Amino acid sequence: MACSGMIASVLKKRAKQLQTDWLTDLTTSSVDAIGKNRVSPQELEQQGAQFLQLLSAALDGKQAIDLNASQAKPLREFLEGLSRSRAQQGFSSGETATFIFSFKRPLFQALKLEAGANADALAEEIWAATQLLDSLGLHTVSTFQRAREELINRQQEEMLELSTPVVKLWEGILALPMIGTLDSQRTQVVMESLLQKIVETGSDMAIIDITGVPTVDTLVAQHLLKTVTALRLMGAECIISGIRPQIAQTIVHLGVDLQGVVTKASLADALALALKRGGYAVSR
Amino acid sequence: MQHIPILRMGELLLVTIQVDMHDQMALQLQDDLTVAIARFGSKGVLIDISALEMVDSFIGRMISDISGMARILDAATVLVGMRPAVAITLVELGLSLPGIATALNVERGMALLRRNV
Repeated sequence: MACSGMIASVLKKRAKQLQTDWLTDLTTSSVDAIGKNRVSPQELEQQGAQFLQLLSAALDGKQAIDLNASQAKPLREFLEGLSRSRAQQGFSSGETATFIFSFKRPLFQALKLEAGANADALAEEIWAATQLLDSLGLHTVSTFQRAREELINRQQEEMLELSTPVVKLWEGILALPMIGTLDSQRTQVVMESLLQKIVETGSDMAIIDITGVPTVDTLVAQHLLKTVTALRLMGAECIISGIRPQIAQTIVHLGVDLQGVVTKASLADALALALKRGGYAVSR
Repeated sequence: MQHIPILRMGELLLVTIQVDMHDQMALQLQDDLTVAIARFGSKGVLIDISALEMVDSFIGRMISDISGMARILDAATVLVGMRPAVAITLVELGLSLPGIATALNVERGMALLRRNV
């Protein structure tokens, strides 16, 4: 190719011009895609200058950048940092990528000036530049997404902890209101926290309330039975309450045998039974 | 050969497992306990496993066997103080120890035995 590396040379030669053009574009853009109201002009200018400098360094006379190469590491880290800070400022992934994509216009203009009348070379260079900036923009998007996914995973774990509170209803009576779908992992957490609490409080009666469990299938029933068995092994009794009519029907239709587990329709009934077994008499 | 002590309290026997049992020790305990029940004419056996941190399927079955042997010799068995981790392990192993009475601690286990005897 006759004019390979035009991007790199343009970046070096017209750095000042490119930067001012880009900044003008960013600050005068009619759409608030880059969030000019949320990022100060000084910050934009600084980020733009840094990006140009790193891009130039990473290109090093070549036309394309391999983002995984060690040479592109500073650029990659800059993009990741940018995308992370934008995510924290509440930008969408599209807005973050637009910051990079908006550099296209000034770059194309500079390439046009450089190539002059050589249309073939210009087309070639513009294609190369497009590919380059697209890959950088997409990298910010994927980083953005990864940061979000990490956040979601963390929240899910926290929810798991939060959604299984063991409450003390009475001296010697614990209750565990279960909310949401039961899977193996959750059952494990629930079982552990309940058994631990049994030891701590010395309670010998536990009520598992499944009002908030949307569906009960054979697997969920099996998980429940395991919990009941573990409780029994430790010397505590267990009552399952909050079984809705539909769930009672499903359990029978599925042929699940609740093996002599005490079940009650409501938490109130379960508490009454637990009190009675504990030797308490409720009177008005 | 290390023995697990068997303490006699009236017509009850108290077995406290303070160390992690290996298989030979478990078999020895079965021997000692059945002999003690027969000799003292005990009506109840209380096994405290609050210090037991690890169980395998063998120990699980041994506990269930001991209870069966004691029943034949006309003594009720109560298993007390099982740790949460041990309970979960036994359930995952499929050993639900049916027919064995359990209690949270020695005090409640004693009360349960006295009621039943």
